[in-house]
Amino acid sequence: MSAEIVATVSRSTPNEIADRDLASVFSAFTVSATIWLIFATAVGVLLALKFPYPDLATATPALTFGRLRPVHTNATFYAWASPALIGLAFYIAARSSGTRLYSTRLAWLCLILLNVAAILGTVTLELGFNDGAQEYREWLWWIRIIFAAGVVTAAWNVIATVARRDGKDIYLANWYIMGGMLWTIILVTVALLPWYQHGLGQVAVQGYYMHNAVGMWFTPLSLGVFYYALPKALNRPIYSYSLGIFAFWTNLAFYPLLGAHHFLFSPLPWWLQTTAIVASVAMLVPVWGGSANFLLTMRGGPERMHRSSAMFLLVGVLSYLFSSSQGTVEAFRSVQQVWHLTNFTVGHSHFTMYGFITFAIWGGVYTLLPRATGKYPNQLAMGLHFWLATVGVAIYVISLSIGGTEQGLDWVRGVPFIQSVVDQAPYWLWRTIGGSLMFVSHLVFAVNVWHMTYGGSRAATPVLSEYVPVRSAT
Amino acid sequence: MKKLWAIAGGSAAIYLVLSLFMGVFPALELSPTPPGPGVKPYTPLEQRGREVYVSEGCAYCHTQQVRPLAIDSTFGRPSAPGDFAYQTPELLGSERTGPDLTNIGVRQSSEIWQYIHLYQPRAVVPQSIMPAFPWLFQVVATVPAGTTPVPIPKPYAPTQGVVIPTDKAKALIAYLLALKQAPLPGAQAAEPSAPVAVAAVEPSSPVAAKSSKSAPAFDVAAGTRLFATHCASCHGAEAAGVPGVFPPLAGNAAVNDANPTTHIDTVLHGLHGKTINGTAYAAQMPPFASTLSDAEIVDIINHERSSWGNHGKLVTSSDVAKVRAQK
Repeated sequence: MSAEIVATVSRSTPNEIADRDLASVFSAFTVSATIWLIFATAVGVLLALKFPYPDLATATPALTFGRLRPVHTNATFYAWASPALIGLAFYIAARSSGTRLYSTRLAWLCLILLNVAAILGTVTLELGFNDGAQEYREWLWWIRIIFAAGVVTAAWNVIATVARRDGKDIYLANWYIMGGMLWTIILVTVALLPWYQHGLGQVAVQGYYMHNAVGMWFTPLSLGVFYYALPKALNRPIYSYSLGIFAFWTNLAFYPLLGAHHFLFSPLPWWLQTTAIVASVAMLVPVWGGSANFLLTMRGGPERMHRSSAMFLLVGVLSYLFSSSQGTVEAFRSVQQVWHLTNFTVGHSHFTMYGFITFAIWGGVYTLLPRATGKYPNQLAMGLHFWLATVGVAIYVISLSIGGTEQGLDWVRGVPFIQSVVDQAPYWLWRTIGGSLMFVSHLVFAVNVWHMTYGGSRAATPVLSEYVPVRSAT
Repeated sequence: MKKLWAIAGGSAAIYLVLSLFMGVFPALELSPTPPGPGVKPYTPLEQRGREVYVSEGCAYCHTQQVRPLAIDSTFGRPSAPGDFAYQTPELLGSERTGPDLTNIGVRQSSEIWQYIHLYQPRAVVPQSIMPAFPWLFQVVATVPAGTTPVPIPKPYAPTQGVVIPTDKAKALIAYLLALKQAPLPGAQAAEPSAPVAVAAVEPSSPVAAKSSKSAPAFDVAAGTRLFATHCASCHGAEAAGVPGVFPPLAGNAAVNDANPTTHIDTVLHGLHGKTINGTAYAAQMPPFASTLSDAEIVDIINHERSSWGNHGKLVTSSDVAKVRAQK
């Protein structure tokens, strides 16, 4: 057996070496991200437990809610979702362009930069260094520069890879991936520069930043995963290429405008708030267009979906559709009077970052990682992961949506404030239950990742190794 | 190559322009917003406390923005642009798991209450889910000269020694007590705020107190609600107080006094350093003259005078107006 492998290695062509390099980059990014997923969501479960049990783990300031909360959100954003999506992006860019990754070394540098930033960011937050307690930019400025440098190396690598493509066309997934990376470099830079961020000016930047971090970074990269992984998983081309391009430009036109809807009724200028509401409604165009495209690609093939990685993509697409539409509804002034500042928004953020982004990543990993490494996960374990995570996030989102509504109605009824806290108790308990299921599913996912990368053995005959065109003939 | 430039370069250029218009330009316009009248910069101690507030993540559960909505009126007047001139980093927040703190220095001005609450919130608000911050305090055997120990109520006090605040706790409380809204120009200083109750609340019918035929009417439900909102965090939901720290209202002489002047005066203007039933109370009671209307004060006072075994003569809004006019 070992002699055979040695023989294989000695006969490797440059293409095989490139394939192996790509697989090892993809594997390392996925493994690194998965470790951070487990850490970030363990913190999440502890945070959830602190609602019903506020005196749990108060011995050290490192375990207090106010320090762990930004550790949870930033680790989820920048140490789990970002590296996982970048690893997928490298694979997709190289494969869909029919070439090898521009630079393996640059990819390793990217992974190191992202992990250094994540470790420093987590440790400094734990020590009480929080750069202003504004959501998703709590890491100290110089740590965010390290993260941005990682994204710059990723953008460079992806664009240089696409530049070496074998055909004339640039596959749609790469539009979203390249766009997302370039936009994020701009976004992080705008959020870092201090000269216009005083008092109310900083509120304007915060509204722009916190929503664009979701909408111009995680969303386009996840959509890129859909556009590549769905055709691969289902063995059929995307329903409409033009609709995907239309959604790309409309997403770019509307999403950057809607950030201020986080500060309705604040002293921000009324025009800024109204623009944000109008743009939130306009977002229905790319969201419904994109979702229809994905759902029509999946149409009529339940037997292809069943027991496959496409189930993760399906949940991801449905969450994209419903959570984004929910976001539009939440942007109305009348609705915000009840829901804004309540737990409803926490439910919404998990519907999007988990139901959409995280399921998109899982769908991409389960579809593509085995194609890169030739190692497949256990079917039963994949199903277990799917159902634990799906049921968990459903409980999470539903309980906080109901609870948040009751919280807002308590305020409208004018009962003493503490009553709105007391009334949340059952929903916070259900949230902890849902969150625990989600956390357990991540342990199963970690086992599956292990089998798809370093731990498993290569399948004797790769199940789906034939070339599948991701796009109908051009 | 042209196609790559068009897609990558073109979309990045569009995003840059939109970012300038939605992020940078509004921020450039808003950053120099001058402070409103009466809005003062923080002292170095308060600024240090603000840093502790950021570092401990208080902003994740407490907003600092009062919206021009009826449901926010309990927290103060609507926030104005000039309120944020000295607020960098901004701390408007996105979650209101705990109450808004924009005006907490007025709404809960008792330093002693703030210290107890920071050390263990459940010592004063049993239903609270706020984290305790014991590491902002020290437990010492003997109190250093010039330091006042925090009178932690029995079940939460350390078994040995006394609790004193660290410099961080002192700075944080100084910051919280400095969170006071400057009155808006045009609004009268003592103008009573809009009632907390809004249209969605079923109007509770005025109910005459039992056992007194000619007693004035007052809104029992409003009195209960207003007491829970403004009074219960110190005096307790059952008005039993906290022994030695906050006086009980059940059986309180001023509450049962047929002459309501002391009672009304205390609610209107607060109290400090009073000895009641042989116990000296160091905690300072906040004044409510500027935050509550006469009708709301009538509801609170009559609720107190007719609950927990108290049998004080009920008051009318003209009684309150009379005492209000005396100062």
